[in-house]
Amino acid sequence: MRTLFFLLRKEFLQILRNKLIIRMIFAIPVVQLIILPNAASYEMKNINMSVVDHDHSEYSRQLINKFTSSGYFQLTNVSETYKDALVFVEEDKADLIIEIPQGFERDLIRDNKSKTMIVANAINGQASGLSVSYANSIIQDFNNDVRIAWIQPPRVNPQPMIEITTSNWFNLKMNYKYFMVPGVLVLLVTLVGFLLTALNIVKEKEDGTIEQLNVSPIKKYQFILGKLVPFWILGNIVLSIGFGISYIVYGIFPVGNPVLIYLFAAIYLIALLGFGLLVSTFAETQQQAMFISYFFMTVFILLSGLFAPIENMPHWARILAYMNPVSYFIDVMRMIVLKGSGFTDILPNLGIISLFAIAFNTLAILNYKKTV
Amino acid sequence: MKQLLTFIKKEFHHILRDKRSMLVLLGLPIVQLLIFGFAITTETRNCNIAILDNSKDGATQNIITRIESSTYFDIDRTLSSNDQIEIAFKTGRIKLAIVFQPNFQNDLLHTNKTQMQIITDASDPNQANTLANYVSAIVMDYQQELNQNKDFPYTINTEIRMLYNPQLKGEYSSVPGVMGMILLLISAMMTSISIVKEKELGTMEVLLVSPMKPSIVILSKVIPYFIVSLINVITILLISDFVFGIPIQGSFILLSLITIIYIVCSLALGILISTVTSSQQAAMIISLMGLMLPVVMLSGYAFPISSMPMILQIISNIVPAKWYIIMIKDVMIKGIGLFEIWQELLIIIGMTTFFLIISIKRFKVRLQ
Repeated sequence: MRTLFFLLRKEFLQILRNKLIIRMIFAIPVVQLIILPNAASYEMKNINMSVVDHDHSEYSRQLINKFTSSGYFQLTNVSETYKDALVFVEEDKADLIIEIPQGFERDLIRDNKSKTMIVANAINGQASGLSVSYANSIIQDFNNDVRIAWIQPPRVNPQPMIEITTSNWFNLKMNYKYFMVPGVLVLLVTLVGFLLTALNIVKEKEDGTIEQLNVSPIKKYQFILGKLVPFWILGNIVLSIGFGISYIVYGIFPVGNPVLIYLFAAIYLIALLGFGLLVSTFAETQQQAMFISYFFMTVFILLSGLFAPIENMPHWARILAYMNPVSYFIDVMRMIVLKGSGFTDILPNLGIISLFAIAFNTLAILNYKKTV
Repeated sequence: MKQLLTFIKKEFHHILRDKRSMLVLLGLPIVQLLIFGFAITTETRNCNIAILDNSKDGATQNIITRIESSTYFDIDRTLSSNDQIEIAFKTGRIKLAIVFQPNFQNDLLHTNKTQMQIITDASDPNQANTLANYVSAIVMDYQQELNQNKDFPYTINTEIRMLYNPQLKGEYSSVPGVMGMILLLISAMMTSISIVKEKELGTMEVLLVSPMKPSIVILSKVIPYFIVSLINVITILLISDFVFGIPIQGSFILLSLITIIYIVCSLALGILISTVTSSQQAAMIISLMGLMLPVVMLSGYAFPISSMPMILQIISNIVPAKWYIIMIKDVMIKGIGLFEIWQELLIIIGMTTFFLIISIKRFKVRLQ
């Protein structure tokens, strides 16, 4: 016990001595948590639209007005020909072209049928899909207005109609930040904890100080524990600061019990740091440790379910995601913070992350050889 | 010149000796691209849903069968009461619940009007919207079949044309995105670490007191990583052509020119990081933690920049990856020429010069 205590004191001194790193460990997550969730939104705003109006009629003007007053679209210019409008798309000044053909109004009234065309820059498939569906619903709306103006609505529906009401649970305002902030916080805690531990033992190797530790009567598990505890505490501090920020900046307070989050985080950090230490015992230089952690971090982040839901992934990727500790924490975080899930709901995740913790740390202890 | 060559050789030996790092450096772009191309998709598949059917008649059965047979949904469970809905959501398994009111078919056929409710798990608002739209579309389909042979008056038909990427493949934005991210991160990280390492180990002083000019020392550090980055670019382009079927539409020479300038810019950023830090840990934290998330989120390939708040739109301008991704999309996918992208190119060149000037200034200070 006394040995462990001395080891811990040494680690803390080493961490606290390096002011630059301490500052970065806290400053980077704080700044990123304040900035990044604001960027992460799939809600489309200010879609730049170029209009080609061949009709110049009352209806075409009304339709264009409907677009500009919707709040989603910004009229960048009105072009004479489709070709002119296309130039704007090529130069990235417009994302969308609406073409209204000649006789739009006349055809609609006389022939009951008319046409419009939406042309979208689809390089970003998802964003363009969304903007087209916005545009489409605006045209449908306009269409309905016209119909109502021309037809007296009958009292009873002429055709069978199914009315669909949608309720959005757990995030009534459909605020994307509520979804992103807990996830980004998990990533930041993960980055801090993982990177620092991954570099730690290697640094001792590179500096040669590990040999001094090796010849001392310190046991392997004491050594690993001595490395683990300080970063475990740091991780929890970063997490707490993160919660403070999400409350102050975004007004997010966990619906469920915060103690549960800390319980899960406690075990998650053991697992994560164990993995960091494993990388550290495995690598020979800090550079190597860094590249290996870079590799795992990218894969972990991409397959964490933060940017795209895991259940949408193909089978092989889902298996990889299930081997990714980060995905479990993000899942639990969202369950507790947004849905207010209880202990029994997160129990499966808790069990799996405990297995991770045991496996990684055992491997780290086994892989740390006291001989060089 | 001969000195430089010997130095570059030395650096190459350093890199090649470390097989694991090599593997990561060359393998990561491939892994990342494959994950992005195949795994990161917002296309919904096999989403777990629950159904509460209070009516259990022909109409609801018909709709349920349609939902079941679509590739979007898997019916995870059938509920029997309202209280079960919340439980089903809280255990985290289902993303959407559908509730049919009693007498669904009866109302539909006799009063021509009936109701159903969709409840979504809006913790992910985006997915919630998409899923609700899918269900609506399936129900509308059913309704339209009931209403066959009836024409709606005053109909505006909308023709939709998707330019450049008619199948709305995600790879069209992820290939440029991965290029922008990988090149910046790897170049900045590698150069900063390898320079700081010499500082930390004390070998930098040895190099600086040698008759070599400091610029040659730095140059010899940078060139090997420049070559590694070029290899990465070639693998990415090959994968995007042969695996994803996205050939280069524009001029290959222009594409290479832009990419080389961008790599130089990233290397310059790495040199800058190395001048402000003195330990490998610090360099790594700056280049990895400081660059990774901002580049992913603010470069415009994960989330559209025009939808961000004004202040972030301004901040995004200092992310070099943003400008590079714009140019790559223009040249690779739209196939347009230098004339349209010279502004972006100038910005990148400007950034590079800026990084270099600051580095040189800082570097001299350190020598005293």
